[in-house]
Amino acid sequence: MSHPTVADLGASLRRGETSPAELAAASRSALESLASLNPVLRYTDELAERQAARAARTLAESPDTAGPLCGVPFAYKDVLCVEGVETTAGSRILQGYVPPYTGTALGRLLDAGAVPVAVTNCDEFAMGSSNENSAFGPVGNPWDPSRVPGGSSGGSAAVVAAGAVPFSLGTDTGGSIRQPASFCGVAGFKPTYGRVSRYGLIAFASSLDQIGPFARSVDDVAQVFTAIAGHDPRDSTSSPTAVEPVEEQLGRGVEGMRLGVPHEYLAEGLEPGVRTAVESALAELEKLGATLEEVSLPSTSAALSTYYIIAPAECSANLARMDGVRFGLHVDRPSLTDTYLATRGQGFGPEVKRRIMLGTYALSSGYYDAYYRKAQKVRTLIAEEFDRAFERVDALVCPTSPIVAFPKGARSDPLSMYLCDVLTLPVNLAGLPGISVPCGLSEGLAVGLQVIGPRFQDARVLRVAHAYEQATGWHAEQPPAPPAASAIPR
Amino acid sequence: MTTTSAVSTLEQVVERYEPVIGLEVHGQLLTASKMFCGCSADYIGSPPNSNTCPVCLGLPGVLPVINRVAVEYTVRTALALNCEIPEHSKFDRKNYFYPDLPKGYQISQWDMPFSRNGHLTFLVDGEEVRCGITRVHLEEDTGTLQHAGDILQQARSSVVDLNRAGVPLMEIVGEPDLRSSEQAREYLVRLRQILVYIGVNDGNLEQGSFRCDANISLRRRGETELGVKVEVKNMNSFRAVQRALDFEIVRQGRLLDQGETIAQETRGWVEAKGATISQRSKEYAHDYRYFPEPDLPPLHLGADFVERVRAGLPELPQQLVERLQREHGLSAYDAAIITAEREDARAFEALVAAGVPAKAAANWLMGEVARLSRESRTPLHRSGLGVDGLAALITLVEQGSINGSTAKDLLDELYLPGGDPAAVVRERGLAQVSDQAELERLVDAVIAENPAAVADFRGGKEQALQRLVGGVMKATRGRADARVVTGLLRERLVP
Repeated sequence: MSHPTVADLGASLRRGETSPAELAAASRSALESLASLNPVLRYTDELAERQAARAARTLAESPDTAGPLCGVPFAYKDVLCVEGVETTAGSRILQGYVPPYTGTALGRLLDAGAVPVAVTNCDEFAMGSSNENSAFGPVGNPWDPSRVPGGSSGGSAAVVAAGAVPFSLGTDTGGSIRQPASFCGVAGFKPTYGRVSRYGLIAFASSLDQIGPFARSVDDVAQVFTAIAGHDPRDSTSSPTAVEPVEEQLGRGVEGMRLGVPHEYLAEGLEPGVRTAVESALAELEKLGATLEEVSLPSTSAALSTYYIIAPAECSANLARMDGVRFGLHVDRPSLTDTYLATRGQGFGPEVKRRIMLGTYALSSGYYDAYYRKAQKVRTLIAEEFDRAFERVDALVCPTSPIVAFPKGARSDPLSMYLCDVLTLPVNLAGLPGISVPCGLSEGLAVGLQVIGPRFQDARVLRVAHAYEQATGWHAEQPPAPPAASAIPR
Repeated sequence: MTTTSAVSTLEQVVERYEPVIGLEVHGQLLTASKMFCGCSADYIGSPPNSNTCPVCLGLPGVLPVINRVAVEYTVRTALALNCEIPEHSKFDRKNYFYPDLPKGYQISQWDMPFSRNGHLTFLVDGEEVRCGITRVHLEEDTGTLQHAGDILQQARSSVVDLNRAGVPLMEIVGEPDLRSSEQAREYLVRLRQILVYIGVNDGNLEQGSFRCDANISLRRRGETELGVKVEVKNMNSFRAVQRALDFEIVRQGRLLDQGETIAQETRGWVEAKGATISQRSKEYAHDYRYFPEPDLPPLHLGADFVERVRAGLPELPQQLVERLQREHGLSAYDAAIITAEREDARAFEALVAAGVPAKAAANWLMGEVARLSRESRTPLHRSGLGVDGLAALITLVEQGSINGSTAKDLLDELYLPGGDPAAVVRERGLAQVSDQAELERLVDAVIAENPAAVADFRGGKEQALQRLVGGVMKATRGRADARVVTGLLRERLVP
């Protein structure tokens, strides 16, 4: 039996075959059965109950106004603030922190009647590519619990892959939605920077962060995207331009479209299984009527080092508010400096500390020009290369990740971990929309195809992904049922 | 070099060394809301941490939104100070840890501020001084701390109040063009006056809505290279600025005389000691790690916007001084005093508009009203009497209804509680005795009752006449016009 999609659940709700509360309860027990994978940090029972009642009222009293998400359960990453629900960003330093406000994207889902059931595990402050940097333990990949689900939004990807919820929210700073989507065999979409408000997202790197959905179909991704996208006066970096209607783009196919294949993205380093799956995906797109064209993005090799200056620089400032004075962990010491040191020393994990130090160094007097300023210039070059490519092609298609899900503990060296995101983070540097959709299996593990579009052409990206998905059916592949807890190596 | 140099006086030091002073002024903007959120910018008097929201508390996940009025006020100030307004500007993060800074960084402006290259000119001892304005930029204020103990590092406990956090704060950086503490003081007086005139700041040094830090170095007269500069903080009045700078001039001069080098450091003015003390040396100076604020897009202040702000600039103090001289015939001296405070100038114009002659209006404002304002710590516009009441009072004098001394008594009485002077005069019968026959009768009576004084006067003692005038005034309970009485007495006593 295949896991129901948002569209399936919406249809049964409308037919009165089930209720929002029933769906929420079913999701909750499905999530509980995944406990051995550790994708959930906490359940939002009280909020779920309130939202389910609200959705039920809407469905009963004014079914015409009920949108496609009304009454549909979902989970969200532990970096999104909801009033009254503990939010920790996967970090000890925020343990016990309960935001007094609700972020914009979450608020829009609540207004649409969606029912949050759980908060998902993630790498601490969204820093990581395997979910192993969570202060609350790693997450297992539903396809193989001994392997990582990817990161940083690993929990959000895993719960959708396992069918416990039809969709979830994650965040993507350098690939944190697309890479776990690829590893877990689901669709994961990072919208154009500025398309979805960041208000209420605990910032990792402000100029790169973007909220986006995971789902099992591009249709569902599009529904969630439509609900959360659009200008927000609380986020000055959100675009005031109108959101292009997505629905009318889906189903138009790719016939006549020019799709670029950046040859740097298919260079050495790709696992053979990934290469095979992606190459057959490209052939499939050609069969659907698209023209494939090789393009070059020569600055790709500089993207990783550029990213690892800009993102840590921004995070070094963004995380400064975690000082033990007003909220979260407070380790009391006789002096102010010692209180700061003890609180942050005990509250942050090693990867977060590493990035804070990297960023602090890169911004230091005497080093700023050599690192931060130069990185910003390279960032501009990377964006311009994409712009030039999009003069020739409508979208880019390539692998999401050079590798499939790897065993937990396999990449303890930070640099080898950073290399996981080499095909996703240029997209964040350029602020582009990008999606990962399942495109096959390599030795029983999911492979993702990435579609990248020009800024604010989110609908076009979804259209290409949708055409591919409809033609192939890889998205219907499901991981095996979760094994008993004892069988899972941690 | 004399051996007594270690105890050189200020005069001796400045004979040998030229002080080089640059001032940095921070002024809170009189906007309705804070810089990046909707909380009130009027935080004084609110219970601790009540005037806050997730944004100004710096909670995880929040984002700043620029207060447009604050940008306009900053540009208005920059234009009043003759600055250029670049088309492109941006906000930056200034990073440092302190409990009064909730985000761990202050949103400020680093290399692309709203304005540059202005100047302020003013007179000191009749000589024109021109001080360059490096830049005027915008940032956010911090919260406030209270310590159980003297300083945070030694406090048993400290409490944070974030009501002030996020209030728009404008920084005006002056060039090191000032050469004495008098020039520094006058620069601040003029700058404060302009900010108050253009309505962007309330000019309150005591409450800290207008704050000043100074950079000062000394160099041998004739030398062109700058000496090592010291930053001086904690000066809460114009007088403190002048005293602190004079102290530093002497301190640095004596050190230089002894062949020592000046340490580059931050020093705090301690009013009670009349001295500056070292707070932080260069080795411990912050590296603020400025970088562009990624939560706020760069700004483009177009020519249209700038011209609109320029067109809306109110009359500046110097323009007003010239106009009062031109239109109302005030002396340069009177005009300068009347315009020192914006409210005084407003009062003057209102008095004149109500029909009070300019000279009388100026005299009352600079004399009795200034005294009462000082003594009661209540300026005229906040007094019960107000400008309208004062106008009514002066008009009674000008019409001859009451005499000057009655008017002064009435002003004293009505200044704070307020009231209608004409009504009080009527109720108490304070109107001047202007009935000629009545006055003549009283004069005759006083002459009859004081033969000795009459004899003295006739014998050549001019002062004796005052005793007779006093007698008449007493008989009228002060309501007679002393000049008229004097005239009547002379008529009768001088053959």
